[in-house]
Amino acid sequence: MSLNIIVLAKQVPDTRNVGKDAMKEDGTINRAALPAIFNPEDLNALEQALRLKDAHPGSKVTLLTMGLPRAAEIIREAIFRGADTGIVLTDRALGGADTLATSYSLAQAVKKIGNYDVIIGGRQAIDGDTAQVGPQIAEKLGLPQVTYAEEILDVANGKITVKRRLENGVETVVAPLPCVVTVNGSAPECRPRNARRLMQYKRAVTPSEKAQLSAEEQAIVDARPDLSLGEWSAAYVEADPEQIGLPGSPTKVKSIENVVFTAKESLRLDDNDEQIEDLIKDLIANHTIG
Amino acid sequence: MANFYTDNPDLKLHLSHPLMEKIVALKERNYSDAEKFDYAPINYADAMDNYDKVLEIVGDLCGELIAGNAESVDHQGPHVENNRVVYADGTQQNLDACRKAGLMGMSMPRRFGGLNFPITPYIMAADIVSRADTGFENLWGLQDCAETLYEFGNEEQHSKFIPRVCQGETMSMDLTEPDAGSDLQSVMLKATQDADGTWRLNGVKRFITNGDADIHLVLARSEEGSKDARGLSMFIYDKRDGGVDVRRIENKLGIKGSPTCELVYKNAKAELCGSRKMGLIKYVMALMNGARLGIAAQSVGVSEIAYREALQYAKERMQFGKAIIEFPAVYEILATMKAKLDASRCLLYETARFVDVYKALEDISRERKLEPEERDEMKKYNKLANALTPLAKGLGSEYCNQNAYDCIQIHGGSGFMKDYACERIYRDARITSIYEGTTQLQVVAAIGHVTTGAYSALIDSYNELPVSDELMPLKKRILAMAEKYNETVAIVNEINDPEYTSFVARRLVEMAGFIIMSYLLITDATRGNSESMAKSAHVYVNMVEADIAKHAEFIKSFKPAEIADYKPAE
Repeated sequence: MSLNIIVLAKQVPDTRNVGKDAMKEDGTINRAALPAIFNPEDLNALEQALRLKDAHPGSKVTLLTMGLPRAAEIIREAIFRGADTGIVLTDRALGGADTLATSYSLAQAVKKIGNYDVIIGGRQAIDGDTAQVGPQIAEKLGLPQVTYAEEILDVANGKITVKRRLENGVETVVAPLPCVVTVNGSAPECRPRNARRLMQYKRAVTPSEKAQLSAEEQAIVDARPDLSLGEWSAAYVEADPEQIGLPGSPTKVKSIENVVFTAKESLRLDDNDEQIEDLIKDLIANHTIG
Repeated sequence: MANFYTDNPDLKLHLSHPLMEKIVALKERNYSDAEKFDYAPINYADAMDNYDKVLEIVGDLCGELIAGNAESVDHQGPHVENNRVVYADGTQQNLDACRKAGLMGMSMPRRFGGLNFPITPYIMAADIVSRADTGFENLWGLQDCAETLYEFGNEEQHSKFIPRVCQGETMSMDLTEPDAGSDLQSVMLKATQDADGTWRLNGVKRFITNGDADIHLVLARSEEGSKDARGLSMFIYDKRDGGVDVRRIENKLGIKGSPTCELVYKNAKAELCGSRKMGLIKYVMALMNGARLGIAAQSVGVSEIAYREALQYAKERMQFGKAIIEFPAVYEILATMKAKLDASRCLLYETARFVDVYKALEDISRERKLEPEERDEMKKYNKLANALTPLAKGLGSEYCNQNAYDCIQIHGGSGFMKDYACERIYRDARITSIYEGTTQLQVVAAIGHVTTGAYSALIDSYNELPVSDELMPLKKRILAMAEKYNETVAIVNEINDPEYTSFVARRLVEMAGFIIMSYLLITDATRGNSESMAKSAHVYVNMVEADIAKHAEFIKSFKPAEIADYKPAE
């Protein structure tokens, strides 16, 4: 059985390599100072999708991402690793979206793609750490959801079997298709980019990227339909303007604090039982331990 | 987020050498593949972009996975189970990743599923892989046996085996036997034919790297009763046919992840590759030349990691209130390591480019008759490649050993413990000056190019290349070194005694190598406007200028009759 698989992914600032200038003075992220990368758990999700494709020849893996036009970079990245194609949902009107508006927008795009069997995304993105978008998309689409997935064990007879990584162990669940699966970082790492696919698809571009190419390169893109990536607007996915971007986002940021841990006060203890016992009592009293 | 390609700007400098334009045009047959394959480049810039991006994958894989596995691979190593090799877990992981990344059969034509890369970017990948895990470079690098299969096998063998290599099946070259090491003409493994013409192999091979490979190239004695090289032929053994057992694997000093096997051939079915009796004379020589370039790349990778580990430690280690890199005794060692690294890398890529030009022309000659000027060009570059390969392998491997030694020295007592990578690097380096022909055999291969004047001619041509104003004083000094070299060669040619020439050969070959590397450093530093390479050029010339004077003095004052003093007393 060949499957139509949608992978949800996000291009994020690399918050794992935060330097001094990672934050602007107003406390927001200084995106210019951080390299934009493929959200790590979305790569785990992509690997699960590619394994499904390996097991079910003829399956199609489509990467769907919402963001700036340059987010097409992660579509190419996914294609080099084995995905078939991708769509970037990009529109000024989508800017400033919280997780609710993002989920609505992505759900609209998923509907537009249509005819899907499995939607797989990473558990959460490293820039927001909410883990809300995947489950909310499932709700918007009225689909079952399996979160914290570590391995998709099987897809057969309209059902998906998934191993979940929970705090105290693992759980194997069966869900009807179509469904939404969000993948945990403990799942297998994504396969590397493939040299041949890279050379084959390095010119895979969205319409706005194509416009930047030379006439010779545009001709190459025109000659090969598999080099055209989707670039969809809010209107194209028939999104209600009231439910997207800032207007559609009930979450309002009140303030952002820059928390820097510093050792302002330190307590010096002498090496004797009495002082150590006092410290333990203090720590229990202020609920640091116990 | 380590990337062993992008963190080393020298690699791009070597990749962008002007000769590449010619190499790529030849290799790509003026970009005619682009019509048949959607991953073939449309022009030179497109091809270079491909190499750059693919090397970026190699660098990523090496920095993120392979380097991290190196320690556990060294500890665990491979083992034998039921006459088969089981790799260390990390090795298997590395190999799987390289397969998935499509980094096997890189230089093979596209019609077999290869990437059709020239030798130069392939060698660059080897350089990068070796920095991550020297032992793993062996397994991965054995893909260049496919080159020999491609050159000498027939069409049927091409389509049967090469696509499998491109898919990630591994290879081995089964040459050495218990009594045939450096002296391969003593190979005894027996090849006989059944009544129906099927070849069968019987006997034992020893010290076979990756001896449980999927596809083996085997040197065997096909002519009964023969004793020398003329009785040897080359065969292809396919593991799928069975008949070869791994009796044991060696317990080695270094490159522990790479299984070194003793193989027992029990009536193993094999195919003849090429013509009978040409096994050693032609095919194995070609195989060895390719393998020697591979070891030269491996050596440069070792030098690179040795230098980086030493540099990092010297910056971090505090003694007497400051980082030890601040002490002249320490920074002098580091600068010398860097100079040897940069010099051997310049020579490596110069050699690779020469190999590229002649191999590409040779390949074209299989499709059509070459024009007279193409023929001359092929011959010229073939000679240059043959002249530089033993220098790149011989001197590069000695330098990586010296750098590995110095890497431990910089670490002091800590370097002697098993806590730092330098002890593994030191052990891994040791084999490079031994296998695929010891340094002494590289000298044997190179000395002819000294006495015939081939190196002198090349050196003269380097003197014509542009050099920045800043490096002009160095150029003058190198020119003086070359004069001293030519005078010394003249003395040896004048005496014209084979034993004497062999006796002084190492010194002469080193002198030639030092001068060639000096020229390459100043011209590459000029071309790439590289400050770090210019520094290395200064350090290197200071070092070898003195060494050349020393060698020249030794040879000048040495009398052939003194050779007797070097032989043990009765």
